[in-house]
Amino acid sequence: MADGPVAEVLLRQLATADGGLDSAELAAKLGVEHQAVVGAVKSLQALGEIIEAELRSTKRWELTAEGEEIAREGSHEARVFRSIPPEGLAQSELMRLPSGKVGFSKAMSNKWIRVDKSAADGPRVFRVVDSVEDEVQRRLQLVQGGQAEKLGEKERSELRKRKLLTEVTLKTYWVSKGSAFSTSISKQETELSPEMISSGSWRDRPFKPYNFLAHGVLPDSGHLHPLLKVRTQFRQIFLEMGFTEMPTDNFIESSFWNFDALFQPQQHPARDQHDTFFLRDPAEALQLPMDYVHRVKRTHSQGGYGSQGYKYNWKLEEARKNLLRTHTTSASARALYRLAQKPFTPAKYFSIDRVFRNETLDATHLAEFHQIEGVVADHGLTLGHLMGVLREFFTKLGITQLRFKPAYNPYTEPSMEVFSYHQGLRKWVEVGNSGIFRPEMLLPMGLPENVSVIAWGLSLERPTMIKYGINNIRELVGHKVNLQMVYDSPLCRLDAEPGPPRTQGTA
Amino acid sequence: MFHGWIGSWLYLADEEFDELCFEFGLELDEITSEKEIISKEQGNEKAEGASDVVLYKIDVPANRYDLLCLEGLVRGLQVFKERIKAPVYKRVTPNGEIQKLIITEETARIRPYAVAAVLRNIKFTKDRYDSFIELQEKLHQNICRKRALVAIGTHDLDTLSGPFTYTAKRPSDIKFKPLNKTKEYTACELMNIYKTDNHLKHYLHIIENKPLFPVIYDSNGVVLSMPPIINGNHSKITVNTRNVFIECTGTDFTKAKIVLDVIVTMFSEYCENPFMVEAAEVVFPNGKSYIFPELAYRKEIVRADLINKKVGIRETPENIAKLLTRMHLKSEVIGDGNQIEIEIPPTRADVIHACDIVEDAAIAYGYNNIQMALPKTYTIANQFPLNKLTELLRYDMAAAGFTEALTFALCSQEDIADKLGLDISATKAVHISNPKTAEFQVARTTLLPGLLKTIAANRKMPLPLKLFEISDIVVKDSSRDVGARNYRHLCAVYYNKNPGFEIIHGLLDRIMQLLNVPPGEKKGGYVIKASEGAAFFPGRCAEILARGQSIGKLGVLHPDVITKFELTMPCSSLEINIEPFL
Repeated sequence: MADGPVAEVLLRQLATADGGLDSAELAAKLGVEHQAVVGAVKSLQALGEIIEAELRSTKRWELTAEGEEIAREGSHEARVFRSIPPEGLAQSELMRLPSGKVGFSKAMSNKWIRVDKSAADGPRVFRVVDSVEDEVQRRLQLVQGGQAEKLGEKERSELRKRKLLTEVTLKTYWVSKGSAFSTSISKQETELSPEMISSGSWRDRPFKPYNFLAHGVLPDSGHLHPLLKVRTQFRQIFLEMGFTEMPTDNFIESSFWNFDALFQPQQHPARDQHDTFFLRDPAEALQLPMDYVHRVKRTHSQGGYGSQGYKYNWKLEEARKNLLRTHTTSASARALYRLAQKPFTPAKYFSIDRVFRNETLDATHLAEFHQIEGVVADHGLTLGHLMGVLREFFTKLGITQLRFKPAYNPYTEPSMEVFSYHQGLRKWVEVGNSGIFRPEMLLPMGLPENVSVIAWGLSLERPTMIKYGINNIRELVGHKVNLQMVYDSPLCRLDAEPGPPRTQGTA
Repeated sequence: MFHGWIGSWLYLADEEFDELCFEFGLELDEITSEKEIISKEQGNEKAEGASDVVLYKIDVPANRYDLLCLEGLVRGLQVFKERIKAPVYKRVTPNGEIQKLIITEETARIRPYAVAAVLRNIKFTKDRYDSFIELQEKLHQNICRKRALVAIGTHDLDTLSGPFTYTAKRPSDIKFKPLNKTKEYTACELMNIYKTDNHLKHYLHIIENKPLFPVIYDSNGVVLSMPPIINGNHSKITVNTRNVFIECTGTDFTKAKIVLDVIVTMFSEYCENPFMVEAAEVVFPNGKSYIFPELAYRKEIVRADLINKKVGIRETPENIAKLLTRMHLKSEVIGDGNQIEIEIPPTRADVIHACDIVEDAAIAYGYNNIQMALPKTYTIANQFPLNKLTELLRYDMAAAGFTEALTFALCSQEDIADKLGLDISATKAVHISNPKTAEFQVARTTLLPGLLKTIAANRKMPLPLKLFEISDIVVKDSSRDVGARNYRHLCAVYYNKNPGFEIIHGLLDRIMQLLNVPPGEKKGGYVIKASEGAAFFPGRCAEILARGQSIGKLGVLHPDVITKFELTMPCSSLEINIEPFL
């Protein structure tokens, strides 16, 4: 408490002091422990700008316990001298005195006393001089009085060797008036209370300052998963661009919709057991749109719609095989097929959902991940339109430096991979894949011939891992997630963000 | 992987070459050497003495078989840079007798197709020979689908004597000295020997267990090959071979013809008459006879304005014809001056539609030179209602103090059945036929196991743990076209030193409040009724009824369930189907 008597005295003293005062001097003056003055300084400091205190360390000499005793009672040799009566004292008796042993030898070497070894009842000690000057006591008393500097270096070290003196480092405060100096201090309030507000007493009361360096108490809260926060942002971007969300709530798909409808031949490596999860139960699709299936079959096996086709024996049982969809493009195919069943109106579609691959797992690949897909169907769309839409889309992600590379996809032609310049890696990295759907895919659906459909896709995990600086995908997706990471993850603002590594430059 | 400085073939520095690859649609992965690769994988010591000839690691588009070897790649890029004109590949009939391959009807049930050709007076060097072998291997892995669709055999014609017979025989009746072996084996013995051969063991399944194995003989009964497994040692080609007989057998006729065309177009460059390929005759079991290789040139006519319109450029027909010619598609303007006649060479089997030609024009024009534009397509966006509801609920679940998990849709049978005290047959789960591990046996039928596994992986976190997930589960449903469907579920768990049933119950009340479903049994309301569930502690489970139907259960989990998920604390949970609230 700052209202202790020492603190009050300190403030009064300080009011009249010239410039400031030393805590140790004040303690000596008041006759209190130095620690009591230090406590008062600290509690006054906590009140703000009342005082200023500067820590100083000084070296000084202090008496040891034995030194204190000698300053009070005299040196051992003096005490020995005084205890000897004019008629002398038996040496054996003298040795029994408390200062006997040390005092005897010192007094002997000072030639204050002598020993008569021929005495009848054993050696006897006599005074040699009438009186002595107890120099040791005088010097120690000087140190005790704070005048150690009056002793010579040699004298001090001699006393230290006798373990009567010791040098100590003293931490003291140089206390001066603060900007809010006042001699009257009252108890500080910690918090504002309803009573203070109603009585108005807050006007007259000082408040304890807050420590703004301390951490606050985090609120008890639930948290959204970082990957799904990014998903929300991607949905938002598509919605801002006028894209309608496709239904994708069907993880199980037939090979027909997943591959055949996309003009992906039945011998394509992606249809291999090593890449795709097929189903044992239910192993086959129960219904397929048979008219459309026949057009697809003909396009694969014989061609048509201006195509040579793949010229192989297309099998319905292969198309019936159920699987876990390997891309959301199967949902896009269904959406485009539905679109083709009515008089054509332009459409913009998107989806973000899970896809499954029977792949080898590593730090960046899981058997399931999320695919983001955008599709635009309209008359007369060009490759330039695809690039224009991609530029707008990626700009919304904060990615502005784009480059396009020819690529091969079974169901798009032309196809282009999208690259962006990565400042950190100092190279171009692939950020998405895109293209114009092949006529062999669109025309059997029944879409008009002059309608083009542009599309692009990317994974949700990759940009999220880059954004949140995650190297192992298992820390992000699945049950091995680190919940602390979920608790601590910031808002997802794809387009405005300083912070950790990014895929792109913001030139 | 390509040996040697491709850049130097083209007189280009590495950066220029990198740029050219990007523009052309190739991916220059890495410039390295054998030494560097070994040293990276096995350490510097092992790499000592390895070759430090520069290797280019280049990814080629999967449909461009003509770029799989150095010969084709350099040829393609030279034509692209207009340094050479595309060669014309010609099939020639020999002055002497034509090589004949007769297919017998026994092949019909196992591997019915075969095609053949001859490279006459070829001159190999070590590099050319290696490239020839490597191309066959790449084709086998790629278009041949690991030899299942097509298998290639190349032979020293001078060691053989035609006509050749392609037939199928009982494995015990086939006996020959296979490639790089010194003694004869029967086919049965070979199948056993190759079970431990790291390369060949992958192909055995193609004919294993078949009553008859395919085999090719010459007129003296010498075995050329036993496709798709191994060639005979007798006709083995070497760097000194001058006349090569090529046979491709398979189950896909189109692909067998493409493979043969690719090999002969790539390597006829080294024949005495470059790009001339000697024909071979193949007689099919029905007596019909065909001449191979086909080396067919096809003509397509595409209007220049179509190409302009599809790409989004405005080039003259003459310029477009020039662009296409650079892509190995010799083109000229014909007719009314707007039509372009394009010749598709036998190397470009990937060109099957005008859209493929459009792409090549765009590549030659340069993708990055195309003017970007925004489509004028005007549309009003709609959210998928189920996802819209999900998004709204997610935020309020977090606002209620629960943290979102994201767990796998695939899991083991044990997770959804045994561990929850259920029999797998009671789950209506869909089963995966080819899982590599038990983690991918079934699609989940409930979200609960995923959340419990998430807790198990986070046992060090301070209690209580409050988790939720809103995502899809999958069950069999014969009313759907594929026989299965998703349901959007909401699951929440509370894990603490006490079961906290009242907290999960309170969460249900909050969810119903958010969905505007009043408490009570009256129309449209919700109630919970004492129930039983294998996963729940007896007497601590209730069924949730809302809008007149059961939507799920809540309760305190059974200690057996808690233990099986490697947890130690009491836990209560809630799982409902949210689709009735759409």
